[in-house]
Amino acid sequence: MLLARLSQEEVTGRLVGRAHWHPLEVLFWVAAFATIWLFPSKHLILTEIAWLALFALSLDLILGYAGIVSLGHAAFFGFGAYTAALLAKHEIINEPVIALVVAGLAASALGFVTSFLVLRGTDLTRIMVTLGVAFVLREIANQNGWLTGGADGLQGVTMKPILGQFRFDMFGHNGYVYCLVVLFVLFLLARRIVNSPFGLSLQSIRNNPLRASAIGINVNARLIAIYTIAAGYAGIAGALLAQTQAFASLAYFDFERSADLLLVLVIGGTGYLYGGIIGAVVFKFMHDYLAVLTPQYWPFWIGLLLVVLVMVGRERITGWTAPFRRMADRLDWRRLRPRGETTEGR
Amino acid sequence: MKAYKWMAALSAAAIGALAAGHAGAQETVKVGLIVSMTGQQASTGKQIKAAVELYQKQNGDAVAGKKVQVILRDSGSVPDNTKRLAQELIVNDKVNIIAGFEITPAALAVAPLATEAKVPAVVMAAGTSIITERSPYIVRTSFTVPQSCVIIADWAVKNGIKKVVTIVSDYAPGFDAEKSFTERFTGAGGQVAQAIRVPLANPDFAPFLQRAADAKPDAIFIFVPSGQGGTFMKQYTERGLDKAGIKLIGPGDVTDDDLLPNMGDAAIGTVTAHFYSADHNSPKNKTFVEAFTKAAGFRPNFMALGGYDGMHLIYEALKKTGGKADGDSLITAMKGMKWESPRGPIQIDPETRDIIQNVYIRKVEKKAGSLYNVEFATFEAVKDPVKAAKK
Repeated sequence: MLLARLSQEEVTGRLVGRAHWHPLEVLFWVAAFATIWLFPSKHLILTEIAWLALFALSLDLILGYAGIVSLGHAAFFGFGAYTAALLAKHEIINEPVIALVVAGLAASALGFVTSFLVLRGTDLTRIMVTLGVAFVLREIANQNGWLTGGADGLQGVTMKPILGQFRFDMFGHNGYVYCLVVLFVLFLLARRIVNSPFGLSLQSIRNNPLRASAIGINVNARLIAIYTIAAGYAGIAGALLAQTQAFASLAYFDFERSADLLLVLVIGGTGYLYGGIIGAVVFKFMHDYLAVLTPQYWPFWIGLLLVVLVMVGRERITGWTAPFRRMADRLDWRRLRPRGETTEGR
Repeated sequence: MKAYKWMAALSAAAIGALAAGHAGAQETVKVGLIVSMTGQQASTGKQIKAAVELYQKQNGDAVAGKKVQVILRDSGSVPDNTKRLAQELIVNDKVNIIAGFEITPAALAVAPLATEAKVPAVVMAAGTSIITERSPYIVRTSFTVPQSCVIIADWAVKNGIKKVVTIVSDYAPGFDAEKSFTERFTGAGGQVAQAIRVPLANPDFAPFLQRAADAKPDAIFIFVPSGQGGTFMKQYTERGLDKAGIKLIGPGDVTDDDLLPNMGDAAIGTVTAHFYSADHNSPKNKTFVEAFTKAAGFRPNFMALGGYDGMHLIYEALKKTGGKADGDSLITAMKGMKWESPRGPIQIDPETRDIIQNVYIRKVEKKAGSLYNVEFATFEAVKDPVKAAKK
């Protein structure tokens, strides 16, 4: 509708414009890297934020961009984590970066295989299927104690230095830089993907799969592709956790982990790449702060805050971030969308 | 001249403040207590927290000229949380000691950290035998699962139980329990008809109990972690096993004092071996239970003892080192320490840093309208049988 009123040059111009770097984005990443020197005492929690942000980014790729609802994203997270931990434990691949890539590929392969299940049915079936996949993997890890350590977690993992140079120190400095760089690189890749014609076709599938297929988009093939990519991202996030902790446990597959991830996206917003990162920052700091303040009753406060967030609406709470949101809008395809449609609540 | 005087006074004040600040930092010994206050093992966290608070209330927060400050963190029953929290406590809060650890994976995850940072880790709950072997800086004030299992096997043989079905939770302490019981029991001529393992998280015992009943054993040996005994007992009664003449034996986790009052009369007659019962008959325990119940509002269970004695160990070690709080001095001081706990006489094994304690045989009985594990036999100074067998 809207597109019809724009000339082809205008459309091309807008699409290209979206892919440009906004100054605020540059500022965001400069600030992110500045934390390496500014907050050395916070590196441990920042490490958690970095892998959680990557994990959330992964979910956003399928939820925010392709409209696939998943409550079992922890399946790939855990799979990547165990892969990385096992590779290190049995000294199959000693270099963490290579192990990270392998873990990501392994999780991608799993994502590819399970994507055929996810293609079937509607949102509700997808929730059930993704949930089921995570449960099955958790149980497999639990039953094969000889390999995974079962309910005791995988013990005795020793990590070799990153690139043979940087040891995972107790203060978490090198671990944090490592996670942040990985997050940044994969963010760049994701940014490239969502702004590509492929990314745009995903968004049209999300909005109306029937119409998308009518204009010649191979819906299933594209969903399989993005699901596979997102699974790889989740696997790498899990591998980062396993490598920085030198440990893996069944808790990585837990339903709570998938559910928390959805909360992160609810807080940060879906359908723009910074949503997951901002959500991860807010969620982790909130969680950490409340759990220190009241170790026994923090879940109550988190719950309350979430209810408030949903009732009042993120827009009104985050009004002060308007410039930032404008930047997000620039990244986003929203401006091209007819009024009245919104990604909220998807 | 006036300006100089002013400056001199200022710098003197600054140095004074710095020195005082420095001295202040030295005066405090920080204990990072990481337990689960939320999640599956929340009951353990509650017990340990209450016990640690009670100990500090009774003994003050100062020892050997130092102030002991406990920093509580919630692990949410997730082992990778425990590890990150321990790391933060050591690196940022500069704690001298870490303590708590409700489940084995949490304790194991922290072990390499304790070694690297040379910070003593006082295990107040987790009961797998191997934990203390994973770092020379780990001491344990709770128990090891095999300690009780071996004793109950001896008792079963002596009391005419010949055929047993074992039911354990599917994780390391469960395997420990199954293995140590079976070895001792079959070694003495008993027969284990079936060995059943149930999932650790949210277990449904009903189908397993049916299988156990079908084997028609004299007794069922049961190990579940503290907190799951209630569910087990309920399903045991629902299946009518209590009336089928199948006895229930095991280490004391299943008739945990925390849950026992609400288990109902089906629990009566259950025979367990364990290191602590709230009913333990000693003046020291009577005062402890009274003070604990008054302060916390619930009965102490064996996890509370792990916390209470853990604090005692920390206090006594500080007294012995004269307030020196570095890891090596504290661990050396803790080794071989002996004292009279509400649970009876206990000692930290100087070789393994594990606990040596009495194990009691108890039977669930109704006393003054409430269910208790009533002790009727004592095995003195039991060492961890797994580590003892390795020598």
